[in-house]
Amino acid sequence: MKKIHYREWGIDSPRYWGLLAVLAAIVAIGGFAVLYMEHEGHWVTGMTNQIVWGTPHVFAIFLIVAASGALNVASIGSVFGQKMYKPLARLSGLMAITLLVGGLIVLVLDLGQPSRLIVAMTTYNFKSIFAWNIYLYVGFIAIVAVYLFTMMERKANTYSHGVGVLAFVWRLALTTGTGSIFGFLVARQGYDAAIMAPMFIIMSFAYGLALYLLVLMFTFDSDDRPLGDKLMRRLKNLLGVFVAAIFYFTVVYHLTNLYGTENHAYEAFILRDGGVYTWTFWLGWVLLGMLVPMGILFHPALGMQRGAISIAALLVVLGGLCAIYVIVIGGQAFPLNMFPAHTIIESGYYDGVNGMARSYSPSLPEILLGLGGFALALLATFIGVRVLQFLPDSLADDVTDPHHAG
Amino acid sequence: MSQPTEQPTDKRRREFLAGAGGVAAATVVAPGVFLQAVANAAPRDTAVTDDVRYGMLIDTTKCADGCSDCVSACDKENGLDLLVKPEGASDELWEMQRPRWIRTVKLRNNLTGRVTSLPMMCQHCENPPCVDVCPTGASFRRADGIVMVDRHTCIGCRYCMMACPYNARSFIHENVESKSTVAPRGKGCVESCNLCVQRRDNGGTTTACQDACEQGAIVFGDLKDPNSAVSQAMAQYPTVEIRADLRLNTGVRYTDV
Repeated sequence: MKKIHYREWGIDSPRYWGLLAVLAAIVAIGGFAVLYMEHEGHWVTGMTNQIVWGTPHVFAIFLIVAASGALNVASIGSVFGQKMYKPLARLSGLMAITLLVGGLIVLVLDLGQPSRLIVAMTTYNFKSIFAWNIYLYVGFIAIVAVYLFTMMERKANTYSHGVGVLAFVWRLALTTGTGSIFGFLVARQGYDAAIMAPMFIIMSFAYGLALYLLVLMFTFDSDDRPLGDKLMRRLKNLLGVFVAAIFYFTVVYHLTNLYGTENHAYEAFILRDGGVYTWTFWLGWVLLGMLVPMGILFHPALGMQRGAISIAALLVVLGGLCAIYVIVIGGQAFPLNMFPAHTIIESGYYDGVNGMARSYSPSLPEILLGLGGFALALLATFIGVRVLQFLPDSLADDVTDPHHAG
Repeated sequence: MSQPTEQPTDKRRREFLAGAGGVAAATVVAPGVFLQAVANAAPRDTAVTDDVRYGMLIDTTKCADGCSDCVSACDKENGLDLLVKPEGASDELWEMQRPRWIRTVKLRNNLTGRVTSLPMMCQHCENPPCVDVCPTGASFRRADGIVMVDRHTCIGCRYCMMACPYNARSFIHENVESKSTVAPRGKGCVESCNLCVQRRDNGGTTTACQDACEQGAIVFGDLKDPNSAVSQAMAQYPTVEIRADLRLNTGVRYTDV
């Protein structure tokens, strides 16, 4: 294995600034959407007193989950000692931070009182997983920043393994915390399941790696840096395995629910009668988000084509957004089960008359805020790789593979 | 370089500054001291204790089908009727976004077909999930059993609304032009039934919904006092908690559900 050299992202200036301008414009539009929503109040969104978390939460949770997953590539290198992954670690750490910041900004800007963030940072109720998450998120950013320093500063290299282990343990705690936001909600039929936490962890593996692969392929391709087939085969197989693991957790989650009669109505809602949520589940989460990408990634010919791998990774991202949408919005749309063995036949306030789902349609400002968070994460990533040495000069097989014959 | 020379201190100047400072300090502090004295003079100067636990019994056999007097009374008492639909908002969406502290629900037993009407509101749990999940502690339970929101520390994250098993909480989606002095509110915070807490703190013995219910279906009072009307009524009839499976020990109980 040759010595790895790192170099700033060198695409020509017009393309670089053009890319930044496009992303900055999306961020700015998201910013205006926030100003509009905060000035008018949440009535301009599709959110109601029944669907209290809307599309911004879908984007925010996706980005936060993906952030912890993006760090996996670095962890495989420094915690599990896979030499081939070591040159990939810096970008992995950078994306872990940028994706988390993008997600958190969306989350904070959707608060009813974003200006009271200082209250959230100073007044805690430690029984709330949200309060813990504030520590987990801020701590994650700090630890990964130190981790990056130990990787990039030669004198600090010796600490890289130790900090890497800490970052890995922390990221597991972080995603457990994010999954537990739902796992701890005893009130709702679709949540309140311990499986939520590990399912979120495995989702983070796949979504983070998918975004990582997309950024890696784009930055290397646009800069004419070599990206070896052996490395790509490893990464795309890993993505396939992670997606298969989500598939497993999805099956187990629904099968265990189907076993208990009390959950039959909820399962019927998600799997059969839920309209947009049923479609999003089968078409988005299952077919486009898991089956098609697995088909591509494990296909002997397609799986080796860069274009096909990109499409598979994009589908994993899209399927991930669908999955979070079904969990967050679908879970709220299903009416609360307040009166077992009874049917609500009239209600003064949307209690699910005759089992009817609560309605929600995403509004434009909500979607723009979510996309703004995505754009911000990418913007910060592209600025990072341009000004600092995050990207290896080459990831050709003779550079990354210690057993390369040629 | 010149040597620094020692100047004699101007005593009058110093005295003037000290005097001016004293006047300024008194100007700033005095009103606070005075107002504090006024506040302390009010009858609400004793802390809420857990010697009482406020609660309610809803006798669903008395709750009249089609009646919503309790809802109107709550709206009036707590200023919910002062909120106006924002210009340009759709009627349908606004109905789902406007706050509601109490609502009427009609149920049919799946097996027997028996129909029951009842009001639903915050159930004032002893172990409220909304309080558990609130990151800042804004959602809290008073010693006397009332579950409510501190509007100064609520950041509007709506996690309590996700956690409430009774759909009892509302988020203020719109700008608030006019509000009641007893129930101040602002855009971006969560709120819910607080058992007319303003009446509790001013010595009142009833809630607005109870006063409005001509059928006498709502009995409010101290659950810890065996002689209170609510305790007496609870001792007389079999009562249930809604979602008793969650073991939240609600302060609001129902008969005949």
